[in-house]
Order: sequence, then C-alpha cells, then structure tokens
Amino acid sequence: MRVRLRIRAGVASACALSLGGCTGVQSVLDPAGADAEVLATLFWVLLSGAVVLWLLLNGAFFYVTRMRVRPHSRKIGEAVIIGAGIAFPTVLLAILLSYGLSIMPDQRAPGDGLTVRVTGEQWWWRVEYLPQDGGGPVVSANELRLPVGARTEIKLTAAKVIHSFWVPNLGGKMDMFPGRETRMALEPTRTGVFRGQCAEFCGTSHALMAFPVVVLPPEEFEAWLAKEREDAAAPADAAAERGREVFLAEGCGACHAVRGTPAKGAVGPDLTHVGGRRTIGAGTLPATAEGFGQWLARTDHIKPDVRMPTYRALPEQDLIDLATYLKGLR
Amino acid sequence: MTDTTDHRGRNPGGRNEPRDAAEAHGDAYPPTDAMLDAPVDPDFAKASADRLRAAWKTPTGWRYLSAVNNSEVGAWYSLTAFFFMLCAGVLALLIRVQLAVPENDFLPADTFNQFFTMHGSAMMFLFAVPMFEAISILLLPAFLGARDMPFPRLSAYGYWCFLIGGVFVLGSVLFGVGPSSGWFMYPPLATKSEGMGADIWLLGLSFIEVASIAAAVELIVGALKCRPPGMRINLMPLYAWYVLVVGGMILFAFPPLIAGDFLFELERSFDWPFFDPERGGDPMLWQHLFWIFGHPEVYIIFLPSIAIAAMVIPTAAQRPIFGYSWIVLSAVGTGFLSFGLWAHHMFTTGLPALSLGFFSAASEAVVIPTGVQIFAFLATLMVGRVTWSVPMLYIAGSLAIFTAGGLTGVMLALAPMDWQVHDTYFIVAHLHYTIFGGMVFPVMAGVYYFYPFFTKKQMSPRLGRWAFWLAFAGFNVTFMPMHFAGLMGMPRRVYTYPGDIGWDLPNLISTVGAFVVAAGFLVFAWDLIRPKGRQPYTARNPWGGGTLEWSHDVPDQAWGVRSIPYIESRYPLWDQPKIVERMDAGRYYLPDAEEGKRETLVTTVLDAVPVQCLRVGGPTWITHLAAAFTGGAFIFPTFHWYPPAIVCGVLAVACVIWWLWTGTARPPEKTHKEIGLGLTVPIYVSGPAAPGWWGMWITMLADATAFASLIFGFFYFWTASADFPPDGAAHAASGWVWAGAAALTVSWALTRYARRANRAAQVGIARASLATAAALTALGAGAMLWSAHSAGLDPTSHVYPATVWAILVWTAVHVSAGCIMQLYCLAGSLFGKLTPEYDADLWNVSLYWNFMAATVLVSAAVVDLLPGMI
Repeated sequence: MRVRLRIRAGVASACALSLGGCTGVQSVLDPAGADAEVLATLFWVLLSGAVVLWLLLNGAFFYVTRMRVRPHSRKIGEAVIIGAGIAFPTVLLAILLSYGLSIMPDQRAPGDGLTVRVTGEQWWWRVEYLPQDGGGPVVSANELRLPVGARTEIKLTAAKVIHSFWVPNLGGKMDMFPGRETRMALEPTRTGVFRGQCAEFCGTSHALMAFPVVVLPPEEFEAWLAKEREDAAAPADAAAERGREVFLAEGCGACHAVRGTPAKGAVGPDLTHVGGRRTIGAGTLPATAEGFGQWLARTDHIKPDVRMPTYRALPEQDLIDLATYLKGLR
Repeated sequence: MTDTTDHRGRNPGGRNEPRDAAEAHGDAYPPTDAMLDAPVDPDFAKASADRLRAAWKTPTGWRYLSAVNNSEVGAWYSLTAFFFMLCAGVLALLIRVQLAVPENDFLPADTFNQFFTMHGSAMMFLFAVPMFEAISILLLPAFLGARDMPFPRLSAYGYWCFLIGGVFVLGSVLFGVGPSSGWFMYPPLATKSEGMGADIWLLGLSFIEVASIAAAVELIVGALKCRPPGMRINLMPLYAWYVLVVGGMILFAFPPLIAGDFLFELERSFDWPFFDPERGGDPMLWQHLFWIFGHPEVYIIFLPSIAIAAMVIPTAAQRPIFGYSWIVLSAVGTGFLSFGLWAHHMFTTGLPALSLGFFSAASEAVVIPTGVQIFAFLATLMVGRVTWSVPMLYIAGSLAIFTAGGLTGVMLALAPMDWQVHDTYFIVAHLHYTIFGGMVFPVMAGVYYFYPFFTKKQMSPRLGRWAFWLAFAGFNVTFMPMHFAGLMGMPRRVYTYPGDIGWDLPNLISTVGAFVVAAGFLVFAWDLIRPKGRQPYTARNPWGGGTLEWSHDVPDQAWGVRSIPYIESRYPLWDQPKIVERMDAGRYYLPDAEEGKRETLVTTVLDAVPVQCLRVGGPTWITHLAAAFTGGAFIFPTFHWYPPAIVCGVLAVACVIWWLWTGTARPPEKTHKEIGLGLTVPIYVSGPAAPGWWGMWITMLADATAFASLIFGFFYFWTASADFPPDGAAHAASGWVWAGAAALTVSWALTRYARRANRAAQVGIARASLATAAALTALGAGAMLWSAHSAGLDPTSHVYPATVWAILVWTAVHVSAGCIMQLYCLAGSLFGKLTPEYDADLWNVSLYWNFMAATVLVSAAVVDLLPGMI
C-alpha cells in the first residue's frame, strides 16, 4: 500500500508539473469515491508499465537502426520474435487481465442504502431519490446529492436517446437507454462538490448536459432530503409573488412542476427547490437570479435546440420577477 | 480463408485445374536456364514490343478518363482518397479552433456536430479503407508481375462510385445538411434525427461500401489467381498476404454494416421499428452490427500499413524478411481475432460480467499477433545491415506513435479502466495514436518509398524530413494533451466546455499542435504534387529492393511488365540474377500481343502454374454510366425521390448487363494460345479455374454474411426481447412461404441441370430448363412476398412483422437478381455467346444459385418454422 501510494504520489507530482495538476472536480485522477480510487490506482500501474514498455521497444528500434547498425545473429532474431513477441506478452497480459478483471465484482457491487433513479433527457437529468424507509420518491433534477461513506444504488434509464451517466471523481460510467434499465453504485469517501457529465453523444447540446454532485455528511444529507421532500416555499416578497403569477400565467406549469402550486408538468425539470441548486440548465449557468434571468431570456442561445421556448418577449420586469421567484424556490 | 482449405490437401482449383505442372505442361514447365538463355530475334522483339505497347496504350486527351488500367485507376483512387483526407483534416482544424478556448462561439453547436461526424466518417470511409484499396490496386499487379488486375473495369466502376459517393457525402456539410449524430450513428438519436443528414450517411456510405467490397473481391482474386508462374503461395510478397487477409476481413466486416444500414434506412424511410424500443425494437442491435464491422475496420486500416512496412523494411535491412511464416500466421491471427473484440466498444452498456471478461481477454490477446509482426520487423533489422532513409524515418515515427497507442489500448481493453475513460478525450488520443501510427505514417513511408515506382521521379528527402518532423512533433503536441483532458473528465463530441475545470490549457495546446500537423501535411502534399519535369528519371531500383515491382520500366511503359517472369524466390531481384534482363528481353511469358488484345496470365491458386491467358477489358465509358446510375439509385432516396431512384436502378442494371455482355466471357477466336517458352494455355476457361468464378464465389461470401447478419437480427430480438413475436401476432402464411421456397428450390435445381445439359450439348434442354427456372423464380419470389402480405403483417406495427418482411424482401430481391442472371444465360445461349464449350456464365450463375437455395431455405425456416417453436 505504501509503495502504491508512493508511486501514485510520484507520478502525480510529475503530472502536476506537466499540466498544472490532475486535481479537479471532474477528474479521474482525483478520486473521491471507493470505486474511483481503485480505478485511479489501476491507471497509475498501467501507465507505469506502458512507459517502461514503450521505452524498451522504441529504444531497441533506435539501437538496431541508428546505433549498432551491423548484422546480429539469427539466433537473437528468433529470440526476439519468440521471447519478446510471444512469451513475454502472454505472461504479462495474463497477469494484467487477472488483476484488471478481479476489480470488476467490487465495482459492480450493489448499493446498501439509498437508491436514486436518474433518467437522461435531452439535455438534462431527472433525479428521483428512493429512500429505503419508503415515503415515495423525492423528485428533483440536474443535481445529485449523496451521503458520504454509504454505497448508493443508482438506477439509470433514458427518455428518448442514449445518454451516459458519469461522475469521474466517484466512479466509472454507465450508459442510459430508453426502454431499459441499467445500474451502478457510487460510494463517496469524502465530502465535496464534484461534477458529472453525459458521456454519450446525445444530440445538439450534448456538451451542455452536466450536473453538480454534492457529497454531504450523512446527517446533513438526511436533513437536506427531508427538506427536498417538502412543497415549494411560498414567495418571500412582492417581487417573488409577481414572479409566481408570471410563472403560472405564462403556462410554465405545463412542463414544470412546482409542488404546492398548480404547476404539475412533468416534461421538464422539477423546479420545486430549483433555487437551492448550485446550477441551472444542467450545469450550464449558476443558480443565481442573474443566471435565471439569462436562461429565460436567451434559452435557445445558451442551449441550442432545447425544447423550452425563449421568453425574450416578456417585459423586462416580468423576467426579473420570474427570476426572483425561481431563485426563491429553495 | 482459402489457404486453410488448401492445407487440408484439397485442390482448391477444382476439377478444371491441372493437378500439377507436369500434367498441364509436360517438360516445357518450369523453364530451364537453357530455354531462358535462348536468344530472341531482335526484329521479333521490336515488333512484339510495339504490339504490346499498342494494346496497353493509355487513352489520351479527354479519353484519358475512360482508362481502366490499374496504374491509372489506382492513381486516381489514391489521389482522391488523399484529397478527401485533406478535406476531413480541414474539418478537424475547424473543430480544434472551436475547442481552442472555453465557451467559444466560432462554430454553432449543430455545425460542430456535423463537422466531427463528417471528420470521423470521411477519415474512415473515404480515406482509410479506400486508400488501402487504391494503393493495392496500384501496386499489387506490380508485386505479382501481372499486367493488370483480373477485372480492371470493376476497379474503374468502383472508383467512379467512390468519387460520386464521396463528393455527395462530403459535400453535404457545405450545405449544412450533413449527418450530425456521430460516425457511429447510434439509434434512437440517429433514427429520430430530422433532416436528411442521417440518410446521406446511410445511403451515401452504403454505396461506397459496396464499391469497397467490389475492390476487395478483385484484390483477393488478383492475389490468388494472377501471380506469376512459379510464385507459389508461400513465395508471395508479404503485401499480397496482407491483401488476402484484409480483403477477407472486408468481406466479413462490411456486410453486417450493410445489413444494419438496410434495417436503419427501412426504419427512417418507412418507419419499420427495428431500433425503436417502444415497438419491440432494440437500439443495441445496431451497436452490435456496427461494431462487428467497426472493430475489424480498425485492423482493416492497420494491417495494410503493416504490409507497407513489410515491403520497406527488408529493403532497408538489405536482407529477406525474418520470420515470414510468423508474420503470415500473425496477420491471419489478427484478422480472426479482430472479429472477436467488437463488444469492447460497448463496455459501458451494462453487458453481463462474463461478456466483459471474454471481450477484455480477447482484446488483450490481439496484442500478441500484433506484437509478433512488430518484433519480426525488429528482428529483420537486427539481422540485416540497415540503410537509413526517409521511408525508414517515417517507419520509426510510426512505431513510436503506434506503440504508444497500442499500450493505451492495453489499458482500455480492461473493462474497468474503460468505464472511466470510455467516450472521453483519452479515447480520442488513443485512437489517433493507433491510426496515425498504424496507418498515416506507414502510408507516408510507402509514398516516399514507392514514389519512384509510381512516377519514375524522386521526392525530396529534405522536404520529406521537414514534413516528417512537423507532422510528428505536431501530432504529439496535439494528441498527448488529450490523454490529460480525458483523464480530467472531458467527454468526446462536446462543442464547448466550461473554463474553470482545467480543460482550457490542454485544449489550447492541442489546437496549436493541430496546425503544426497541418503544416507538415502541406509540405508533404507540395512535395507530392510539385512539378518534377526537369528532374532526371530515377534509377530503376533506387532503394535496391528485391521484389518484382522494382523491375519496372523507366521511363514508364503502360504494359506493366515486358514479359511475365518465372519466379523461384521471395526476392527474385536479389536471388535470380538475370531476371530483369530476361524480362526486358521478352524472354519470359506473354511477351507479345498478337491479336492486339490486353492479356494477363492466370495461374493456379497454390502453385501458380499457368492455366489461362486472360483477356481483360480495355478503356470504356460503360463503367462511368453504370457508376452514375448506381449513384442515382442510392442518392435520390435521400431526397425521398423514389421514381427517379427506381429509374436509375433499372438503368444501372441495364448498364451492367451491357458491360458484361459485350466485355466478358466472349467466345474467343481460337481455343488456345502460345504464351512463350513452349507453353500453350486456353484463352477461355470456365468454372473453378476461372477468375470470374472466384469473383462470384468471394462476392457471395460477403452477400451471405450480410444475410447472416439479418438472421442474427431475428435471433437477437428473439433472445433479447420478451415479446418477440408478440402474443397473438400474425405470422407469414405457411403455405405460401413453402410454395415459394419449393418453386425457388426447383429453379435452383433446373439452373444446375441446365449447366450439365449445356455441357453435354443438349442445348435445347438447357434453354428450356433456364426458361422454366426463370418463370419459377418470378413465381417463387412473388409467393414469398405474398405470404407476409396475405397474412396482414404490418411492418410498422412491431419489430416482429418488420423483421419477417425484411428477410422476405432481402430474399425476393436476391432471387430477382438470380432471375435476371437466368435470362442472361438463356439469351447468351440463343445468341451464341454461351455454347456447350464456352459456358463460364452458366457456371457462375449456378454458383450464385447455390447461395440462393441456401438463402431461400434459411429464410423460409426462420420466418415459418421458428415462430412456431417459440
């Protein structure tokens, strides 16, 4: 273990020197989950072996073509083909395969607590929390919150086209298919905010289909989930109140649900607690009043081919009120 | 592969081939030194050279475009593929500009998506595979001392199809209507995508795939049947072995994609729900069919480049290749294994763990044959004395890049590793390392190496080194940072990315690198096309190579070789001292063209004993017409203009019939011909000794593979889906299915009988059989289709009736082609083209019908018996 850590530290520092570090909110090499840690170690082992083999092979080529250019014996030639071409790789690959495949069962181990169902839509994420103790699903969107130290089962499906669910800091990816359910499990080992993103090309705005992943201590997570289950907060001031009226008058409720109001649409993301999320538009804009305003006024510009119409034509004050209302939905 | 059957001791030549050389030619073969030293009468030598020159003269002026000779078609083909590569490269540069900085708005999202889709599709379908075929068409006859490919007009037809299809597909991005769902076209995204982009991809590229298969058939027949006398199969240059392996892979890899395209287009045009989960379809079927094609495709691209290295390296080492048999075995092994790896492109789709383990292991295993080939080259260089040259520089660069890509491939082959980096920029880096190292650099090495052969001039070593270092350095600057970007979480195919997560620096570096690569290609392209009129001709064998292509004439002669030599060694120019002198003197075979016809030698598959003097087609325009109408038949449906498409289809068939009728299997003016050195061989052969029969056999292997892919689809739905067929579904009417099958089986038997009767000079009986067979075929095809129609199967309602219909339509279309062939033979018999003695057409048509009988019976069993069993 210590050796492994040292290797990892060594290569990581080389990497840090070369390109400003491997740390990041969406990095395979900055693991924050049990599965991702195993995979990061696997990567460093594979990389070290690959570098050595590359140097040996290309060194040998350079040696025989540029440095010692004279005929060697046929015996050596045969030894090269049989030894380096057949025997050595057979042994090495057998070892590698046993190591690599032995990892698989743990990576696919089921969750032991909460289940979350995530549905890929064009281009956002429908997220439903299904706690073990029942109480019906808690519907949310475009953000995933997980308790640290627990293994959460993630059930995956898609609405129309194939997507792929991926949070590199926590683990590998899994594709999402319409009409079929796939699964995976994530087991965060430290708290923090990470970023997940769709990894299967899914149409025009595939690039704009991300989501924050917030890993919380278990008790904070429970508190958050309890709050997420509640209906939407009432508007806090007159501006928000006007915004709510605009929301309902413009028919936003045909597509979006805000629990506790007549808005019950299920076509687009659930907005009951949208103001409490870190981003809107599936990781595209910050969830600030300004972000909401931009999204409403320039929807198709921010996210090409999105199904939501742009509300550019609304009076500016209505847009501001609407943004205030949405930001207030914490 | 055909060579495996050979090793079992069967004579693959079949009944019409001589068992051995002595049986065929007595004492005259093989030629002795005394025979070869006999003086040639100078007057005769000059007269025969003039006749040969006249027969092979390349048309001039605007008629130049009617040429069909391999050196013209191969050159056009290569340059066109290179041009398409440059176009796809420009798309790559535009992609890199968009990604240079975060949140860039240089390209709109949809345009970006069209560009990356077209970049991948064009590089794969318009550059990598055609380039192999182009170079092979250009070089293979020279390696084999042949005058031309066995079916030159087929090469020309393939080229014109490729040009039309390529311009159509690539041109679509100029009008903003290109495909935008990625080069892998996954449904439901691609089946549901609006506009005609996806149709352009499906139909345009299917059209090109058909041309690719045609070229593969011709290359395989060329390597098997057009070798020079004495060049037994184990003396073939390694390049020819690779042609056989890669050609075979094309035959089995492209048809699943064509079958997939067929289903896909039926879904898009007529709403047959093969990939729609709401009506029982399954998008995973496409992924399987696509990658059963897509993974062998990688090796189809890579192996020919290894083949180029296998020609360059012995010359550089100035000694024969070390480990010839190892290399051949490994190439065949790689070919086989490459068909067992496809699911490693699907590791993240939730396949069962057992599949993941199997495909991981198979993906790792392919390292071994690949490694053996590389180490055999290394061993060759070790035991030889290396002369450094520009081609070797490119080989060294290719090794450095390819091994890096191969080693990341070893990482990716482990399913767990792939779960992280699949569909990220790590993969983009990996695949470009393998393809640049495994294809682009070896091809550039080949261009520098073979340029003196192609043009009789030299490229500039100085520019060559500049191009190399720009491309090599630029390549690494572009793609090395992509590994990091991928590990930092950057997915593929994103048109934009945020600036605060560490992706900006690697992307900016990649963009700078891309322009350095482009500069390298500009230098290379300039060196390739710059006028070299004042440069003196190159030496005849500038690198001191040992294989036959370096016996070429400087300056150029259109005849290929002055006379076709007798070969005793893998490196005849090194081991047969007087060979070039004797070839030039016209001392060997076929030094003359007495009748003014284009002729080349056909030999037996294993031992290369001469068996036929094959007359090949000369310049013509019919191939252009056929290609244009075939293009129309594929292109009009993208606009949903079906009537002109049907008219074009009919005209294309008419052109092909005209072409075959006037240009192939014409009864010759005499049965045999003297080809020199005391040998006399027939001019016309039929059955298994004839190249045409082999062409049919090989084509039908590809066709049968496509059909098998459709049947695979049926079984896939059956096993993967709970409601296939759904409860209470209508089935094809049994009676009609079997009535049709019976009529078609009798038609098959009558076709075979007609061949025997015709051979036995019972011409009347043969004609009656053919006429009856054609009528039965029409009735049988009708009955098969009626079985589904009468039972009310609605193909848009569910995937089950759609699959039944697809199988029946496939069968009906194929037997309809068989009906045309039966009528063609009947007409041949009536008009004296087909006689008891000259019956090649009937042999080939019987062979086609053997496959049809199997197709019909399998179809009937699958649509009628299987649903009863479920």
